[in-house]
Amino acid sequence: MVALALAATLPLYVSGYILGLLTMAYYFGVFSMAWDLLFGFAGEVNFGPTFLIGLGAYTAGILDNLYRPPLWLSVTAGALAAVVGGVVLALPALRVKGPYFGLTTLVAVLMLQNFIVVAAGLTGGEIGLTVPDVISIHESTNYWIALGFMSLSGAILYALSRSPVGLVLQASGQDPVQAGALGFNVTKHKLVAFTVSALFSGLAGALLVFYLGAASIGTFIDVSIGVQVIIAAVLGGRRTIIGAALGAVFLIAAGEALRPLGDLATFIVSAIALLVVLLLPNGLAGFLMRTRRDE
Amino acid sequence: MTAPAAVTPLEVNRLSKRFGGVVAVKDVEFAVQRGEILGLIGPNGSGKSTVMKLIMGIERPDAGSVRIKGTEVANWSAHRIARLGVRMLFQHSRPLHRQTVLENIILALLPDKLTRLLPDQETSTRAREIAERVGLGSVTRRLPGALTFADLRKLELAKAIARDPQVLLIDEPFAGLTPSETLDFVRLIVALRAADRAILLVDHNVKSVSAIVDRFLVLYLGERIAQGTAAEVMQNPTVRRVYLGENAQLAVRARTHAPASAPFLHLDNVSVQYGKARALENVSLRVDAGEFVSVVGLNGAGKTTLFNAISGLVPYSGEIRHQNGVLRGHSAAAIARSGVAQCPERRELFSDMTVRENLDLGAQNVPAAQCESSLTWLFELFPVLKSRQKQTAGTLSGGEQQMLTIARALMMRPKLLILDEPTLGLAPVILEQLSQALDYLRQQTAITVLLGEQNLTFALPHSDRIYVLERGRIVWEGDPERFAAEAGTGYL
Repeated sequence: MVALALAATLPLYVSGYILGLLTMAYYFGVFSMAWDLLFGFAGEVNFGPTFLIGLGAYTAGILDNLYRPPLWLSVTAGALAAVVGGVVLALPALRVKGPYFGLTTLVAVLMLQNFIVVAAGLTGGEIGLTVPDVISIHESTNYWIALGFMSLSGAILYALSRSPVGLVLQASGQDPVQAGALGFNVTKHKLVAFTVSALFSGLAGALLVFYLGAASIGTFIDVSIGVQVIIAAVLGGRRTIIGAALGAVFLIAAGEALRPLGDLATFIVSAIALLVVLLLPNGLAGFLMRTRRDE
Repeated sequence: MTAPAAVTPLEVNRLSKRFGGVVAVKDVEFAVQRGEILGLIGPNGSGKSTVMKLIMGIERPDAGSVRIKGTEVANWSAHRIARLGVRMLFQHSRPLHRQTVLENIILALLPDKLTRLLPDQETSTRAREIAERVGLGSVTRRLPGALTFADLRKLELAKAIARDPQVLLIDEPFAGLTPSETLDFVRLIVALRAADRAILLVDHNVKSVSAIVDRFLVLYLGERIAQGTAAEVMQNPTVRRVYLGENAQLAVRARTHAPASAPFLHLDNVSVQYGKARALENVSLRVDAGEFVSVVGLNGAGKTTLFNAISGLVPYSGEIRHQNGVLRGHSAAAIARSGVAQCPERRELFSDMTVRENLDLGAQNVPAAQCESSLTWLFELFPVLKSRQKQTAGTLSGGEQQMLTIARALMMRPKLLILDEPTLGLAPVILEQLSQALDYLRQQTAITVLLGEQNLTFALPHSDRIYVLERGRIVWEGDPERFAAEAGTGYL
């Protein structure tokens, strides 16, 4: 709470460049939180978060390009597209067990990427898609919208994870056999988790398009983007939701702080992520919660 | 059955299930009435746990019917069966570790609905009542990780009874509990019977649950071999043969190897602890050079743990000496190289490698010339392996895999061969071949053998001496001839 209030005052005294960076980081935070709901709670590793993000982003972007409807309509359409795409993917994928769910999601990303390249007339292909509208041209406004959106998403996802449904979801993720024997429809709960995850990913993706004013494979779809989302969530702490947002901000801030080091920066950030995963299996947030409980 | 079918809480008819080519359950039939505890018992691999999973819907039956209060539920998924008022008490507790005991019980009280987004006071109050009932009232705010083993089992029980199930399936309720903790559990289960619940209890033998079970059903290799009261079942000749191996031919041999003054293998007060459960307690045991010693005991008695301690695979307290050298401090690999070869229960073959490659791996530390002579000798002992040299191990039948496991261990030219349940899941005809091979090892070679078994028909004829292991303790030792008379009843 204190951190959020502090973050809200940042536009008063930091440079526009840093604000832009943080704006990006907040959208990434939502990607990571949505991913943590699926991995940390439903116990399913989604290797293709960018499939959902990309669907949201490109649907919103293309719609805006073609018909220029009100911005909120494009964003809603993007979020809905991600949900529909997510359900279509999850229905068959949740039937397979073990690592195959993850592999299915990975294949989905590659298919989306190929589709975008093939349908270049509509999507801008490898060059990218420019959208005529943006949310705002003011850095501070963009920043506050991103911060508000992340806080709201975080609050909703966190509340969901702490709710009775979240409890059932955790049980389904950790021991599906026992959850079933306790009378819970495991597939139904996981599907809902996937839908919610898709909704927030798509929403964040669509908003990010209208912040950047453009969409490209490299910023929305590429597998390496998905990997960053995953690293942020794991770094921040599995099963914490809030930790995922912290991880995303940390990842982007660290990448920027180390930029003078050139290519070495990526290496150092990766090394830190690896160390955290090895030494603090519950992530940064998990570690902080543990120390507080011990006191 | 005396009661009309419509009110019988649980009724099973001609239930069958196969896994690949293995028949796990065949034409099993029984019914459990209100206020009754039925004990389903059988040795390891008899299909009793599978029956339980078939009822709960965790496994789907191939044929037959399962009726809950008259409703046919075969092939339903677990959550639908659970909703009819069936709960299962799992043997291994896996609670949510970040949630408190109370939250874990609340979980069991939640409906299968997506609209329950806010916690309510009524559920918490009920969860607290249930915690009190099973004796967890004082630890509701703790995390499961801080609970004792017995309390963890109580938490599982609390979850199972939370929504007042009419049918309760309990898998090995007392495994790992001390006598006084067992008594606590007995009281709770008896109270459920008094509340008119139908209870199906699965365990290994009559003895461990006879105090509370009304009626027994004994399974062996997936089929019913006996039913009745504890006394009836224990007198049943088929049951006695399966459990005790009565009428088996005892091949007593003259002791060709005079007992040396110092034992070949000596265990002194060895104890092993797995987290909160004690697997072995002050086990002392002696094996002389050239002897064939069997450690018999049911599944969970601690046989595998004992062997793993000898092989240096688990930490232990106490002392293990092998040919006067203390084994503690040596790695598992060093112990294996010093001549101790273990054939694990799960066989652990390299299933993608051929028979020959598996054998060659066993002989990694043996000079090539010796290796050749070992191979010739082993192919005489197990001729079927010779014809299958180029086949991958994973495609062998269960019996052939077991032979390969033993052969691979013998390639190491061990002085001590440890066999952990070699008969598990094997057909009688294979047992005969295996039995002949062991007889050959005993009569013709100087190899010392330590055999762990629950199949006494198999173990008794070969053994020079027998130890009975029960709940991690040695409860009897002696000659095979005296076994049936002295230790038989304790084993049933």
